[in-house]
Amino acid sequence: MSASSPAQEGHCPPALHSSGADIWRRNQRRLAPYLFLAPGAIMFAVYVVVPIFQSMWISLYDWDGIGEKTFIGLANYVELFDDDAFYTSLKNNIIWLVLYMLAVPAGLAIALFLNQTVFGIRLVKSLFFFPFVLSQVVVGLVFAWFYDPGFGLLAELFKAFGTKPIAILADEDYVTYGIIAAGLWPQIAYCMILYLTGLNNISSEQIEAGRLDGARGLSMLWHVILPQLKPATFIAVVVTVIGALRSFDLVSIMTDGGPYGSSRVLAYYMYEQALSEYGYRMGYGASIAVVLFAIMIVYISIFLVRMIAEDRERR
Amino acid sequence: MLFFNDRQRLHKIGGMAALLVATIGLNGPALAGTLVINTDTSDPAPKAAFETAIKGFQAEYPDVEVKWNVFDHEGYKTSIRNFLTAEAPDIAAWYAGNRMAPFVKAGLFEDVSDVWLENGLNDSLASAAPSMTIDGKKWGMPYTYYQWGIYYRQDIFDKLGIATPKTWDELLAASKTLKDNGITPFAIGTKALWPTGGWFDYLDLRVNGYEFHMDLTAGEIPYTDPRVKAVFDKWSDLVEPGYFLENHAAYDWQEAVPFFVKGEAAMYLMGNFAVDLFKSGGLTDSQLGFMQFPEITPGLPKAEDAPTDTLHIPANARNKEDARRFLAYIARPDIQSKMNATLGQLPVNRNATRPEDKYLSQGFEMLASAHALAQFYDRDAPAEMAKAGMEGFQEFMVKPENQDRILERLEKVRGRVYK
Repeated sequence: MSASSPAQEGHCPPALHSSGADIWRRNQRRLAPYLFLAPGAIMFAVYVVVPIFQSMWISLYDWDGIGEKTFIGLANYVELFDDDAFYTSLKNNIIWLVLYMLAVPAGLAIALFLNQTVFGIRLVKSLFFFPFVLSQVVVGLVFAWFYDPGFGLLAELFKAFGTKPIAILADEDYVTYGIIAAGLWPQIAYCMILYLTGLNNISSEQIEAGRLDGARGLSMLWHVILPQLKPATFIAVVVTVIGALRSFDLVSIMTDGGPYGSSRVLAYYMYEQALSEYGYRMGYGASIAVVLFAIMIVYISIFLVRMIAEDRERR
Repeated sequence: MLFFNDRQRLHKIGGMAALLVATIGLNGPALAGTLVINTDTSDPAPKAAFETAIKGFQAEYPDVEVKWNVFDHEGYKTSIRNFLTAEAPDIAAWYAGNRMAPFVKAGLFEDVSDVWLENGLNDSLASAAPSMTIDGKKWGMPYTYYQWGIYYRQDIFDKLGIATPKTWDELLAASKTLKDNGITPFAIGTKALWPTGGWFDYLDLRVNGYEFHMDLTAGEIPYTDPRVKAVFDKWSDLVEPGYFLENHAAYDWQEAVPFFVKGEAAMYLMGNFAVDLFKSGGLTDSQLGFMQFPEITPGLPKAEDAPTDTLHIPANARNKEDARRFLAYIARPDIQSKMNATLGQLPVNRNATRPEDKYLSQGFEMLASAHALAQFYDRDAPAEMAKAGMEGFQEFMVKPENQDRILERLEKVRGRVYK
């Protein structure tokens, strides 16, 4: 479409040139947004939308990833609902969802605590933010060492109190909580930073007005501060929900889903069935992916509906 | 201890990076006369062994240019599935037995019976022939194998006056003596699950014998069979009194080695590859002994676990001619002698010379007189069964009271896997 450059103009047959340029010129404003969106939209379609439908399609087959595919209808789903490991993973995912939510109030508490102007507060803030910068893999390693029953810091603590150390990551009752604790560390930092930016934008006039009306302490927080932090809370909740549902790296690094599968979550179980050393079941893995997607879509649609509603309100 | 821990976990991470690098290396088009070899030999000894073998091959066939991609040992197990279908090398390392069956059945490995026939390997590699045969054809070339057995602390046994156990009762008595003296009888780390497979293999081989074990791993016997229950009853003789390392589910096999090296545990059922780590931990030949797994059912012929490592030609390879030459080369007695001297393992070719080593000599004698050789639970049973099985074994070793529930679950998996 750069045909309008003077050098080329001379070579083009006049009629053709003018009609092509006309169409472009007339529709420029209408076409431009789509052209600008195209690269992103194509990438999104190829790497996100198409694979979603592919997964649904594969979940109807029995396929080891290399041999012949056999169509088995809904048999993968039937098996899934009779699979103890699936229910263990689902239960763990729910525990993750519930406990991961602690990151939101904890992040708020730290943000309120750090939202003051004292010498060196920037340094303190960045130290609190530090775990979020770490890769999940490193967080997993650090916590695995912390929990190690032989030389871990936790074991030393237990010994200091004269009790026998508990091998958190080898105990089916504690292992999921142990991993969630590791996951909360960076997640709290993330929520904290969301609230800190939110606190920056709080209108001081409303606080003044609240003060005149006798609000202080908790009532100030509840009635004046929190309503203004609503957008931050919303994002923090959504990010935490999605973080809990896609928890995979920590499980993989810290326990490989063990002991005997008791710390599996859906995302890890899916990987194990389809892609790991002993997993050759693409169809079954895909059906887990579809279930996980169905759970996520609930939260994603709430998120989208609210976003669109807010957008309309503003107009 | 931190050392082992570090290495193990960082390995896992490093693996992903190594995999990336290796896959990039694969993408160039192979020229005529180029031989692409993919191996999982990321550990020092296997890597060195392959380095010498490949150098020797290039000296003999200067017209062939060898391109060798080393993958991380664990990462290889998943990446082989990708490169066999997408960009196949000319030679790929893998394992014998049922572990190669999915690739053979999917038509991804080349039939190399001709190489066996032309080089008289049906005779010189006879011991490994059954585990390389599917549907009457040979699908790869074995180059090394190693024994499994109980490595024990000779010095601790001597100090407590324990003789090498030959029967189950003697083993239980020895374990009791050790436990009474504050020493854990058996070191084990079950985090990666497969070490439990060694225990199940040996208990089943000794309680029910090789033929039963093969029928079981082939899916012909239910896991709820009383004979399988009998295996678990023997196992609980060791689990119930706490004869295994506490918290074993938290450790990898390497992480359990320090307990053995420090003398906090006195026995370790393992493959011979562990000797390297035992020795680098500071144990000497006089401290470290090796024994065959004791007899349980009297008079039952003894079979052993002896996993074999192999090389294969992918069906989609471009340079099959040179690949065949390489397989013939790697099967030669002189090459197998040299490679296994570096590997610290046993050559498969019976005309090859064994490395001079206390444990390998003992192992060789044991295997030579063995009734039969099993590959290993996760190589004899199909992958999906193996995974569920070993998970059940781990659960049993932590919660022996769940035995019946575990066996019922395994039976359910068996019903699905072997249709």
